[in-house]
Amino acid sequence: MSAIPKALRFALCSLRRSSTVNLLLCLCVAASAAQASIAATSLLHNEAPEFVRVDLQHRKLDLHAYRGKVVLLDFWATWCASCQIEMPHFVAWQSKFGPRGLQIIGISMDDDPALARKLYKKMKLNYPVAMGDEKLGQLYGGVLGLPLTFLIDSQGKVQAQFRGETDLKLIEEQFKPLLRP
Amino acid sequence: MKIGLVGRSGIATFLVFALLSLSVQLRAQHTSVPTGSAFSIPEAQLLKPEALLPLLQAKGVDKPLLLQVGSHMLFAQAHIPGSEYAGPGSQPAGIEQLQKRVNGLSRKKLIVLYCGCCPWNRCPNLGPAFAKLRDMGFTNVKALYLADNFGADWADKGYPVERGY
Repeated sequence: MSAIPKALRFALCSLRRSSTVNLLLCLCVAASAAQASIAATSLLHNEAPEFVRVDLQHRKLDLHAYRGKVVLLDFWATWCASCQIEMPHFVAWQSKFGPRGLQIIGISMDDDPALARKLYKKMKLNYPVAMGDEKLGQLYGGVLGLPLTFLIDSQGKVQAQFRGETDLKLIEEQFKPLLRP
Repeated sequence: MKIGLVGRSGIATFLVFALLSLSVQLRAQHTSVPTGSAFSIPEAQLLKPEALLPLLQAKGVDKPLLLQVGSHMLFAQAHIPGSEYAGPGSQPAGIEQLQKRVNGLSRKKLIVLYCGCCPWNRCPNLGPAFAKLRDMGFTNVKALYLADNFGADWADKGYPVERGY
């Protein structure tokens, strides 16, 4: 939300300079700020955008099929060191909380699927992973930095999103109350 | 409350010791930076987002060559208008792509590299890309400092973006 005032301040600054070019640029900046804010906040408490992919094990991965489960949808990539720190925890959570209705789903944002497959095996991931693309990224408000994880409740609504390096305890505290006892 | 001479000198000694300790720690952190890390780029060569905007408005020969050296998937979702994708700096194929793109350019050309894939201290792409250009003899290379990522430090702050390849 702080993006808009910053952009407007920039526009006012340009007005003082009486530079038409600057003003036009700043109006563009302000407009894109508004778009970015909408994209960043519109998913929260709304239905998670649905998608169907084929996972790295060549099985169909349909987000809708996980209705009734609490889903942690994790966007990651092999070049993202922070993502790899999270992975062992996700594996442990899947084992521990899977019986209570937790389902972790990974979306690799790598350009090369071979790299994702290699890491998938190395990290012994016990949850489905599919390759993402720019369309899926935009569907989720733009995946413009990793890691990015969405907490989706059993009704398919986004309850939280975690951008960047996040305290894993915080994620656990948020999904545990949503699970079956 | 009065503090005696001994007390004051004790506090002064403690402060000097604390500063020295901090200095040693910072130095140790600096010297242990791996060459591939974005931290290996000299601070003087970093460009903050607000400093890049006027450069984007420059015309003709003064306009910098803006190269994204991270993931193509991120570039396709959003990138700085006018920038080009130059391959991931963390991979040999990416470095080769970068080399091909800049090969015929004047070594004095202003080149701005950016990535924003992940937090600055975790970025695997900028360090190698910057080092490659420096080794090729480019003397006017800057790296756009995005502390967390492209989304948080550029797009979400309202700076201009465009989509596509």
